[in-house]
Amino acid sequence: MSILNYFRKQKPSANIAKERLQIIISHERSARQQPDFLPRLQQDIVEVIAKYIAIDQDQVNVQLEHIGDNAILELNITMPEIALESSADD
Amino acid sequence: MSEIIVVTSGKGGVGKTTTSAAIAAGLAKQGHKTVVIDFDVGLRNLDIVMGCERRVVYDFVNIIHGEAALSQTLIKDKREPNLFILPASQTRDKEALTLDGVGRVLEELKQQFSYIICDSPAGIETGALMAMYYADRAIVVTNPEVSSVRDSDRILGILASKTRRAEQGETPISEHLLLTRYSLERVATGEMLSVQDVQEILAVPLLGVIPESKAVLRASNTGTPVIFDETSDAGQAYSDAVERLLGKDKPHRFIGEKKKGLFRRLFDRSKEEQLA
Repeated sequence: MSILNYFRKQKPSANIAKERLQIIISHERSARQQPDFLPRLQQDIVEVIAKYIAIDQDQVNVQLEHIGDNAILELNITMPEIALESSADD
Repeated sequence: MSEIIVVTSGKGGVGKTTTSAAIAAGLAKQGHKTVVIDFDVGLRNLDIVMGCERRVVYDFVNIIHGEAALSQTLIKDKREPNLFILPASQTRDKEALTLDGVGRVLEELKQQFSYIICDSPAGIETGALMAMYYADRAIVVTNPEVSSVRDSDRILGILASKTRRAEQGETPISEHLLLTRYSLERVATGEMLSVQDVQEILAVPLLGVIPESKAVLRASNTGTPVIFDETSDAGQAYSDAVERLLGKDKPHRFIGEKKKGLFRRLFDRSKEEQLA
């Protein structure tokens, strides 16, 4: 039995561990490098938009990217479809 | 010139105290006057690992509060004349350590010791932050396992931002990776992250690889730093790590594949199955 098992190898799992770690760690590192004001900035933007359209906190994504010497502040706002339709009616 | 070295990891149970005891004992063996401090207030354990648990009278918190002098509190190792232990307090008061207090004690220790080893508690709470705050160098103890590697990366981030050197814009803490509980056999079969994998992910210079070894439990059972077990693989791996810490160029042992015959492999495999 043990000889048969020896040839029926289990899938090595270390490479899965490595891939998962590389992804989560690079994600956590970029979050760590963001300045402290970003979450507050995101909160303020959500509040301003919420004055006009019903929007959730997680529909706004604020990211600061560094490319060479420049920093790019990227805003990604997913508009709910209903909000767009109702504004067209006005 | 004295140096403060923190032994840290984030995750618990990876071998911080074993490493602190071994590295401190190794430095002392090389003729450097060394003190090892237990920062795990409330969960004192360095004393029992080093075999001096019945000689503790005063502790770290007593010195900070001015209730005892340093000379009364330091425990001199019975095997190695250059080695001293500063035990943690068993108090449950979380505010027992203060940044100022720790700083004062470290300054006083610097007058007498070449190396000050700070054994950090697990986690990223006050005790762990205090242990690393004044450090010149950091040994990040990591197991080849996902949660430990992730926590080590977190700790590296904190070392680079929440320490005195970082806050005052001095040369950053020099970081060293120590991989413990390493099993060559399991790396060879692809079951365990290799030393190259971990180094690639964390990008920190490698201080050493300590093989998974029966000698480690035997050492803590008897209250002896494992580095004193000179015939053991773990003891030798720690000795090499100490030499590298002192700037010597030592080739890494215990990371190449051991040659094994087919019968040996079949035998090991059937043994594993019986255990499973």
